[in-house]
Amino acid sequence: MTTARIDARFAKLKAEGRAGFVTYVMAGDPSRDEALEILRGLPAAGADFIELGFPFSDPMAEGPPIQKAALRGLKAGLTLKGTLALATDFRAVDADTPLILMGYLNPIETMGYPAFAAQCAESGVDGLIVVDCPPEEAGPLTDALDAHHIALIRLATPTTDDQRLKVVAERTSGFVYYVSVAGVTGVKEADAASVAPAVVRVRAASGLPVAVGFGIKTAARAGEVARVADAVVVGSALVEEVDQALSENRSAVSAVLDKVGELAGAVRRARLALESEER
Amino acid sequence: MTLANEYAWPDDQGRFGPYGGRFVSETLMPAIQELDAAYAAARADPAFQAELDGFLEHYVGRASPLYFAERLTEHFGGARIWLKREDLNHTGAHKINNCMGQILLARRMGKTRIIAETGAGQHGVASATVCARFGLPCTVYMGAVDVERQQPNVFRMKLLGAEVFPVTAGAATLKDAMNEAMRDWVTNVADTYYIIGTAAGPAPYPAMVRDFQSVIGHEIRRQAEAQIGHLPNAVVACIGGGSNAIGAFHPFIGDEGVRLIGVEAAGYGLDTPDHAASLKGGRPGVLHGNRTYLLQDDDGQILEGHSISAGLDYPGIGPEHAWLHDIGRAEYRSTTDQEALDAFQVCSKLEGIIPALEPSHALARAGEIAREVGQDGDIVVLMSGRGDKDIFTVARHLGVEL
Repeated sequence: MTTARIDARFAKLKAEGRAGFVTYVMAGDPSRDEALEILRGLPAAGADFIELGFPFSDPMAEGPPIQKAALRGLKAGLTLKGTLALATDFRAVDADTPLILMGYLNPIETMGYPAFAAQCAESGVDGLIVVDCPPEEAGPLTDALDAHHIALIRLATPTTDDQRLKVVAERTSGFVYYVSVAGVTGVKEADAASVAPAVVRVRAASGLPVAVGFGIKTAARAGEVARVADAVVVGSALVEEVDQALSENRSAVSAVLDKVGELAGAVRRARLALESEER
Repeated sequence: MTLANEYAWPDDQGRFGPYGGRFVSETLMPAIQELDAAYAAARADPAFQAELDGFLEHYVGRASPLYFAERLTEHFGGARIWLKREDLNHTGAHKINNCMGQILLARRMGKTRIIAETGAGQHGVASATVCARFGLPCTVYMGAVDVERQQPNVFRMKLLGAEVFPVTAGAATLKDAMNEAMRDWVTNVADTYYIIGTAAGPAPYPAMVRDFQSVIGHEIRRQAEAQIGHLPNAVVACIGGGSNAIGAFHPFIGDEGVRLIGVEAAGYGLDTPDHAASLKGGRPGVLHGNRTYLLQDDDGQILEGHSISAGLDYPGIGPEHAWLHDIGRAEYRSTTDQEALDAFQVCSKLEGIIPALEPSHALARAGEIAREVGQDGDIVVLMSGRGDKDIFTVARHLGVEL
């Protein structure tokens, strides 16, 4: 299955000889208007892909920063339908940046898989990551998404052995998300040394690009991971900017976009730095 | 063919019809599969069952009596009422049956650290108890609101050497404690065993907890045959997640003459938003690793359950109950806070048994069920725990200052 925008973006990155930068933000955080302004500003600030979280009341795989962001999103009234409307508003001004929804299964179950997949397609959504839907439970959802050429992006983790990796890689498309720490988002720091062999392993098993996330908080670490991964995902560090800005009465929009600029710079420079070291 | 021969749930995906399954993050999948294999091996090993039976007899104090409640029977004027006295177990509730099974499994798996979630504190106390007995460190996640309202159980857990971690996320009650326990597990998955307290969560937990609690139903069978001379006409039990109920029901699923009746917590009433009746007031969805009936809004956001009983105050229900409900093998009713309070007092005064608020929900339906069954019949009501922990709550509702 092809996922046009995602595949085109990875092809472009390959041509440029660099890793991509994936930014995670939460729908409705801290408000619908500001979230839309952030979304629309992300590509110019350096995001190559956008993951848009849809809030859930019980985010079991998240650490405190994204838990708080989900609560702010819910408080701002962002339902799954509202998140899809936000995606539509983003797509109206950006035709190329891949947009991936990320969240938990229950709101999707509530909407119904076929209706959800159809609305994703209408809203210009390219992919979906569902934290609590392993391959064994994903058959009906994958069927619904396939009908609209939307990628169900699978997760691999440090606990995924070679045998399990085969299961993970089945019916996946777009890219594989490598969760670089066993744990929740935004708490432990990724161990850069263990990331490189894992990326090679996952890439070989899936034949797809590998994005690495969880535990990447600083520009330095983002740069290290960008040397070995096809893309680097940062989430908690961005929603923490929202939190910080709110507590200091600053603009959440510029706080997030400034941070994205800083991290994107590190990701873009990483391979160049590697090449000059090798020379 | 009897239903017993046809009923072989869960399937190999851990599903009960459309319910159950394994809806967890990828990091946990290998741990879930490891647990599944370890439990299958333990279940097939007579030495494991013999070890468990030994602890159940000498440490927990089983078998628990099946007691003829003569004065309740007179009071209600229907079928004979028998109480299955899980309140007489060590730690005062049925929770220890499951904890003993799971701690022996954790030891067998070589796990060195135990975590658990708790609402009212009964499962936390039972987990802390078995951890003390076997010398394993224990962390219990408990909603900060529950920590405040269940201070005696918090102190008990600490006396037993457990660390009690107050959870402030969300509404700071049982479902949030379960979220936090899942977060701990995913972070420490290599050495940590998670003792889930009810017959819910990702497979194999619902079936495993059911099996460990089925000692209740097997004993009822044996005791009923010896004391009554035949199987009871009905088995009645309260339901939060539903572990005491499924343990009592499961050995009778193939006996069509035995009605199985679960009682959910109706809180202020099913016509209000403040109840914890997932079957009667919810719809199917996915939470905490399984598909089951959940209290949720139109967007699929999980709602907080309400019940006077902190042990029933959960927005979901075990997936096997969801299935038994759909196929009609078990009946489900509900009891309001006020009805449970009334039953609590009636049982205390007539039988000299102070029940926990959880089984008070089952007792509140006992009268009508006894009358439906009629004077020639016999019904068993699960006395899942004793009421000492609830005297402060009850006193407050009765306007008494302690």
